Amino acid sequence: MSSSPSPLHLAVALDGAGWHPAAWREPVARPHELLTAAYWTDLVTEAERGLLDFVTIEDSLGLQSSSATEPDDRTDQVRGRLDAVLIAARVAPLTRHIGVVPTVVATHTEPFHISKAIATLDYVSSGRAGLRVQVTARRNEAAHFGRRTFPPFRIEDYDTPAVQDVVTDIFDEAADHVEVVRRLWDSWEDDAEIRDVATGRFVDRDKLHHIDFDGRFFSVKGPSITPRPPQGQPIVSALAHATVPYRLVARAADIGYVTPHDADQARAVVAEIRAEQTAADRADDTLHVFGDLVVFLDDDPAEAAARRERLDVLAGHPYTSDARIFTGTPSQLADLLQELQSAGLSGFRLRPAVAGHDLPAITRGLVPELQRRDAFRRAYEADTLRGLLGLARPANRYADAAHA
Amino acid sequence: MSKPLKQIHLAAHFPGVNNTTVWSDPEAGSHIEFSSFAHFARTAERAKFDFLFLAEGLRLREQGGKIYDLDVVGRPDTFTVLAALAAVTEHLGLTGTINSTFNEPYEVARQFASLDHLSGGRAAWNVVTSWDAFTGENFRRGGFLPQQERYSRAKEFLATANELFDSWHGDEIVADPATGTFLRDAKAGAFEHRGRHFDIHGQFNVPRSPQGRPVIFQAGDSEEGREFAAAGADAIFSRYSTLDAGRAFYTDVKSRLAKYGRRTDQLLILPAATFVLGDTDAEAEDLAKEVRRRQVSGATAIKHLEFVWNRDLSSYDPDGPLPDIDPDVGDHHISQGRAQVRMYRDPLATAREWRELAAANRWSIRDLVIETGNRQAFIGSPATVAKTINDFVQADASDGFILVPHLTPGGLDPFADKVVPLLQEQGVFRTEYEGPTLRDHLGLAHPDEVRDERAAS
Repeated sequence: MSSSPSPLHLAVALDGAGWHPAAWREPVARPHELLTAAYWTDLVTEAERGLLDFVTIEDSLGLQSSSATEPDDRTDQVRGRLDAVLIAARVAPLTRHIGVVPTVVATHTEPFHISKAIATLDYVSSGRAGLRVQVTARRNEAAHFGRRTFPPFRIEDYDTPAVQDVVTDIFDEAADHVEVVRRLWDSWEDDAEIRDVATGRFVDRDKLHHIDFDGRFFSVKGPSITPRPPQGQPIVSALAHATVPYRLVARAADIGYVTPHDADQARAVVAEIRAEQTAADRADDTLHVFGDLVVFLDDDPAEAAARRERLDVLAGHPYTSDARIFTGTPSQLADLLQELQSAGLSGFRLRPAVAGHDLPAITRGLVPELQRRDAFRRAYEADTLRGLLGLARPANRYADAAHA
Repeated sequence: MSKPLKQIHLAAHFPGVNNTTVWSDPEAGSHIEFSSFAHFARTAERAKFDFLFLAEGLRLREQGGKIYDLDVVGRPDTFTVLAALAAVTEHLGLTGTINSTFNEPYEVARQFASLDHLSGGRAAWNVVTSWDAFTGENFRRGGFLPQQERYSRAKEFLATANELFDSWHGDEIVADPATGTFLRDAKAGAFEHRGRHFDIHGQFNVPRSPQGRPVIFQAGDSEEGREFAAAGADAIFSRYSTLDAGRAFYTDVKSRLAKYGRRTDQLLILPAATFVLGDTDAEAEDLAKEVRRRQVSGATAIKHLEFVWNRDLSSYDPDGPLPDIDPDVGDHHISQGRAQVRMYRDPLATAREWRELAAANRWSIRDLVIETGNRQAFIGSPATVAKTINDFVQADASDGFILVPHLTPGGLDPFADKVVPLLQEQGVFRTEYEGPTLRDHLGLAHPDEVRDERAAS
């Protein structure tokens, strides 16, 4: 079966010079500009040129590391980065259609601050904001805040009960975090600002709501200081590799990024998320499941393979990833995306191995190929990120309660 | 011997969530839409202002247990707006008020360092501290700080943030593709702070930003605030006062710098100032009076009287006489989330004084609130206002002003169009920006130069 059910969605994940650890050493890389506005503006503008749905921007509350659990003290890879929400805000006024989805770390941050920051990103982008929520159990990052500690663990111990308890807790906390962020977005009804000169009232305070969240990890009163953002609810997304994070996606997100390596795995992951979605009583909500892929894209497959090999030599070891690593041509990638789409994925978040090379290869190679197959948009069809993702502007949870 | 003319520093305060801002004006625009911020910032940059200033409040104000609805309510996130404004301006400094109580140093430092990178060196931080359980209810760590410790926390917060800013020196990133060395030092950004409020260590993840550290503001003029500013701030955001009081404050604060090994030009005094312009002084006076009436509606007058009376006065007629009953002097205050109410330390005396004033002048409640409220700092023709500002600065009553228009977003436009050219003609205000960073505009040295200077002396 080769016909695709509907156009697929495409996002690109931006991280420094690209996802391969030696990406910064490529001639097209701009390793001295990774902390400049011009660099990020160029990347997001290129993504918008390719009509992509959105970009995500990686972040962390510590220095990058090749280790999942601790700093690695390496000096041969990109280290140092800027706050992703602020990169998104800096780029938003210079773009018009593409969604901007920065990473926010739930574990050590205040949901009140995150909520108003993303609401404001939605205002400065006129309805194109989202967030990618991330958790961290890294001990070194916890020490940057000094408010809590995590037990030491090795990634090989991930499935042990002790580690699973920690993981379950931080994901439960993240779910509460997102719940507070979402309630705060709704804490102002859309028409709360009335500017009634006759009575002197700027707002109708009956349309401002305390959220009164009281959970295991924190309590937050509300309302937000920022009115409901243009999209009502900006997009919430999360990367997930296992049942606990799938559950977070199913409970709280609009998009889950998953890492199947073939169509069978994709089917299994989608089935698990759909089951969790039903269990979370969200079966009727649109929940996108996007496949994450690292891509080395060239017009000649041998060239892509050679480039990957050259980078691996520079890095000193073969590149590995949680996601499938694709090496080949735009046409081959289009085949793979359509195959995975037929297994239940509605879109893809591509991780360019080298931002300066593989991002333009996506926008100028893959996108036209998908368009030829009627599998991708030929022009932006909506003004908001929700619109691009086929999500309606949601009703306000408090408006219903107040006027029922 | 005449001393050389001082150059004036000017900044623009985005209209705030208080009754200075006249939202009922037909020309008043959104306080939330980015287009308002962009308009305001572009006007300030067109006029070659030093910087734009954003205030912050982390809980909507309440009075009598209900959300206060008579002023502008709501504002966007400070950092996010400033980062977006960096995209639509090139030179303008971007100053944000960020609370040291409801944040952690690592996060705030990385946000300011990021803003400084993304704006090419234009970030500034107005460090404020507040502690009230009311605002704390919005935060996971809102309840841990005893009120008396807020200054010590603010001091340690700033010191810790500075350690983070200084944890990178600026030469760590080699990024040499040939050798494969990205970082010169695997321990770049290492820090360790063991203090009473913060016990943190690790590696800061934002490399040194163009200004080294953001420009630091201290708001307010209390004894503790003055000392805090003298010890470590680059500028004070103070209240506007008379020329004489301004000179006294200026002299006092600048005299405190020496004991911290700092020169008098390393701390700028920038009071907030409102203004009303007219074609003539007389016309401006009339306009100013009209603006003051619009700032204090009958309903607003009753609410402001409640700040002192500390009880529900909604049954009183704003056009009638003051209440006969006395203020409630209990511990609980009718107004929450507002610094202003602390001004009335002896409500019984204030009430007595106001009754006498009202009786002597035949003032209604609304008249009294208008008359005892602040007059605009500068009222007059453009020439008069330019002269007043220049006289103030040349007399060392300030180094410039942070102007607070009463209209969003166009309230700064007439000042930019009519007053700034006069100051430029007099040679006391720049006609072009001389450098790219906010430190350049303010004449402040880069922290590395300051450190070298101290080391050499």
